[in-house]
Amino acid sequence: MRHLPWILLAIAGAICLAVLAVSRGEPVNALWIVVAAVSCFLVAYRYYALYIARHVMRLDPARATPAIYRGDGLDYVATDRRVLFGHHFAAIAGAGPLVGPVLAAQMGYLPGTLWIIFGVVLAGAVQDFMVLFISMRRDGKSLGELVRMEMGAIAGTIALVGAFLIMVIILAVLALIVVRALAESPWGMFTVAATIPLALIMGIYTRWIRPGRIGEVSVLGFVGLIAAIVFGQNVAASEVWGPIFTFTPQTLCWILIGYGALASILPVWMLLAPRDYLSTFLKIGAITALAIGIVVMAPELRMPPLTRFVGGGGPAWSGALFPFLFITIACGAVSGFHALIASGTTPKLIATETDATFIGYGAMLMEAFVAIMALVGASILDPGIYFAMNSPAAILGTSPESAAQAVTAMGFPVSADLLTQTARDVGELSIVSRTGGAPTLAVAMAEIFSHIAGGSAMKAFWYHFAILFEALFILTAVDAGTRAGRFMLQDLIGLAVPSFRAGSSWAPGVLATALCVASWGFFLYQGVTDPLGGVNTLWPVFGISNQMLAAIALMLATTVLFRMKRQRYAWVTVIPTVWLLICTLSAGSLKLLSSDPAVGFLAHAAKFGAAIETGQILAPAKSMEEMNAIVFNDRVDAALCAIFLAVVISLLGFTVRTCRAALREDEPTVSESPMQMAAAV
Amino acid sequence: MKFLPDMLRLMVGQPPYEAYLAHMARNHPGATPMTRVEFFRNREQARFGGAGGGKCC
Repeated sequence: MRHLPWILLAIAGAICLAVLAVSRGEPVNALWIVVAAVSCFLVAYRYYALYIARHVMRLDPARATPAIYRGDGLDYVATDRRVLFGHHFAAIAGAGPLVGPVLAAQMGYLPGTLWIIFGVVLAGAVQDFMVLFISMRRDGKSLGELVRMEMGAIAGTIALVGAFLIMVIILAVLALIVVRALAESPWGMFTVAATIPLALIMGIYTRWIRPGRIGEVSVLGFVGLIAAIVFGQNVAASEVWGPIFTFTPQTLCWILIGYGALASILPVWMLLAPRDYLSTFLKIGAITALAIGIVVMAPELRMPPLTRFVGGGGPAWSGALFPFLFITIACGAVSGFHALIASGTTPKLIATETDATFIGYGAMLMEAFVAIMALVGASILDPGIYFAMNSPAAILGTSPESAAQAVTAMGFPVSADLLTQTARDVGELSIVSRTGGAPTLAVAMAEIFSHIAGGSAMKAFWYHFAILFEALFILTAVDAGTRAGRFMLQDLIGLAVPSFRAGSSWAPGVLATALCVASWGFFLYQGVTDPLGGVNTLWPVFGISNQMLAAIALMLATTVLFRMKRQRYAWVTVIPTVWLLICTLSAGSLKLLSSDPAVGFLAHAAKFGAAIETGQILAPAKSMEEMNAIVFNDRVDAALCAIFLAVVISLLGFTVRTCRAALREDEPTVSESPMQMAAAV
Repeated sequence: MKFLPDMLRLMVGQPPYEAYLAHMARNHPGATPMTRVEFFRNREQARFGGAGGGKCC
């Protein structure tokens, strides 16, 4: 009888999925997607997560966690599971689950919805949960150390190199999204720029005036933010100030690079910590508001379930549904980056082993729900507006007329008037080719929020609120990521040159920061100057690298299960590993070797190289210099793909070897910290 | 909803000061614990000062 409510819930979910799957032509309400997702998640949490906890991991509430036997009141603190859930969710949820699904909507809402639901239940949440479990049983060690412990020193170093490269690509792609959202937008630029003096004031407040009063200072900052958004409208309209805050993408790129370098050297209390408060609380607040907004508004989906771009040739990103959809939606379905978080602060804070289910599996389900909301947001927009915003300028031209014509030719009729009117509604000069996902989501959020509060007069306010919310937490991630990347690099170089490690002197720190900023700055500049808009090129590389890290984490989990002599249950991690390997290896090799210049980097380089030989200049390049730059960038991207493939294949080799060695043993060979009874500590 | 303030503080890397004091009283009764402000700065530095400051995309 206790299963009855769950059976009913499962039936409800199945009905919703069926409605989504069979509807063609008639309008479908977004709530079908939301209910389908939520009921699938709850059932998966009740049965699958519990199965993994009880049978695969055999979580033991009597066994002391690192927070108990190592408790120090600082890093290792036994924490209430609801408090820890919030901490973990805030750390894993970022721009990824918001942007990926928006981009994926170019194939219609159905493929993205199904991949998010099934991906998170079978792969993403399993990965987060398993890594949390493994780290929790080993004093809260980090992913690199865990790979080293279970697979050997060489495998550990390879995993560290992979993690650093992924960090570089993530930072570049995040910064690119900010550039695309703020370029030529004085209102948006002013509000984001205003956060810097605002953060400095907050920093001074928490340092000298009222130290430690996070609540007070956050309210102060929030009032400042709202004032900046309201005042931004006047700045944008002003003949003097408007042009000062209007930047081209190239200028903005250099500003961001300089800012990233500076912000990662300044003391943390000055800029980073106060902006972290703003961005974290704004993020949680905006996500909650979006959820409420969608349920109250119950909008209809205007994007078709499947578009004609399923087979490839889409304007937002190139390639066919398989494998490219599965790397476009990375965070939200499965994200390797979470393995770094689940082996970071969270395992040191767990009070009881059995809490790991709620935190590891549960928080990832929550992130998938955020991804579902982003997908809904993109799908309630007129498809004509969606494609006018997400296609590169090389296809659309720059005027509303040329864009309307190009998008109508794609099969999504839209008028130039509608594009002009939409831009005016949200207080922007133009919405044509605002790629990167963030502006699209901001238009959708403005649509939803203005329906709830303020009507269409408030649309421009809500649009800039949404842009600010996205830009703010992306910038915080860029600062924090640059710092983290710097320490990763120092550790890595320190393996060869021990004096390079952190703490010895200031020079290696500055050098490592410079190297880190230069690396992501290179890819950012490449993306900004890319005539196809950059997102087109960089997002797939990011997706491949992120899913590849997920595959590494799941291979680690498989190895651990074999070494625990629980290989009978290893299918739990083997199935998602195999799927991710299929996706990343095929997407990676297509990006590397495909003969279609729209997909393969080397084919694209060959096409432009051949033109250079004959002295031709191919659009969208405008000079021989740009032609050479395109070829060079293609080769760098190809090399990066090749490195990612080599990393994942070599770690697959280590996994197979370690698992076979474990099979030959009669006893578990796993290197867990010794068992201590929770009651005895 | 009593857990909410603790949750919001831990989201930005600040564990409860009271738990730290309790730990110090139990395990290091002779030592002088950090003051609330020192504790705040210690945690602020730990969140961003080292390699553990990673956030997700």
